[in-house]
Amino acid sequence: MMNTLGPFEHCVQQYGATVLRVCRAALGPNADAEDAWSETFLSALRSWPTMPEDTNVEAWLVRIAKNKTFDIIRTRGRRAIPTDRLPELSAGLDDAGLPDLTVWQLVAQLPERQRLAVAYHYLGGLPHTETAAVIGSTPEAVRRASADGIKTLRRRMKRSTSWEQPDE
Amino acid sequence: MSNQTSPRPAAVDIQFPIEPGVLELLHARLVASAADSGTLDIVYRTVDSPIGKLLLAKTDRGLLRVAYEREGFDTVLEKLSARVSPRILHSPSHLDDVASQLEEYFAGHRHRFELQLDQRLSAGFRHQVQQYLPRIDYGFTRSYKQVAEAVGNPTAVRAVGTACATNPLPIVVPCHRVLRSDGTLGGYVGGLDAKSTLLTLEHAVRATPAGGA
Repeated sequence: MMNTLGPFEHCVQQYGATVLRVCRAALGPNADAEDAWSETFLSALRSWPTMPEDTNVEAWLVRIAKNKTFDIIRTRGRRAIPTDRLPELSAGLDDAGLPDLTVWQLVAQLPERQRLAVAYHYLGGLPHTETAAVIGSTPEAVRRASADGIKTLRRRMKRSTSWEQPDE
Repeated sequence: MSNQTSPRPAAVDIQFPIEPGVLELLHARLVASAADSGTLDIVYRTVDSPIGKLLLAKTDRGLLRVAYEREGFDTVLEKLSARVSPRILHSPSHLDDVASQLEEYFAGHRHRFELQLDQRLSAGFRHQVQQYLPRIDYGFTRSYKQVAEAVGNPTAVRAVGTACATNPLPIVVPCHRVLRSDGTLGGYVGGLDAKSTLLTLEHAVRATPAGGA
């Protein structure tokens, strides 16, 4: 068999976190996000041996994750499951030196368009144009939705040291 | 459509943290469902041993590869990926049986491995030699020349050396039990220190040039 991209394990190690961030931002910090992560990597593993050598693996994975998460969102819509069934946000932040996970609850409370722009564009790195095609919007609107979402997060996370520095 | 992702702010990792253990848990679930769905071709793990860290890799047919750290674990995995399949995941539990037999061997309690072997990495004369090696019992040695004779090709002494040097399953397929006719060590894929440690562990009686084949 002709190999092109190398052992799949490296792919999971390298991009597992990015894919989880995309799934969590799109779906919330819950079991759905974990299922989307698993389905993304399982589907990638299936196609792995036939992927061309010059594949941008990260972009390819984010696209699979985008499709999986978007499918789940559509299914949720049909089932009319509320998306705001998340635990209430606690004000206390990061006092034990542990990762501050509040941000995921805040992302989940963003309007859907901002949430998806943050997931696919800001965290997943997909271009505005491609993100726009998925969420049925214009590239300019995606750029704005992503920036507005991050601005809201920054405002609400200002007590957390990890959000102190402007990053652009 | 562009094949590139746009650059992301470096702070993403700390601003959107993932709690410890989550990715490990998801990884374990991925291994399980990949194995269930038949999309996992090779599993691997590393183990510690008195002769350094070892890489163990396995397919559904059996143990495929044992590698020494000096061979470069990444290089070994890349080669397996190219020759067998890139559907490779790290999964210690799939190799528990191999790990525990090795542990027993290094503790001196096991003299023979009872493992299914996947010998697809060996072919031709090398395969023939590697098939013969387990017939050299624990604690005994043969010379390259004796092995050449035993496999019916008495002049192929150098080729026996190559077959030993390219053994994909060292320790389990005991190429360390093959020495030069004068009793000196010859070569070893794991280095000469490893070879002599294994022979010392086995209390090997070095074969004399006249020793029976």
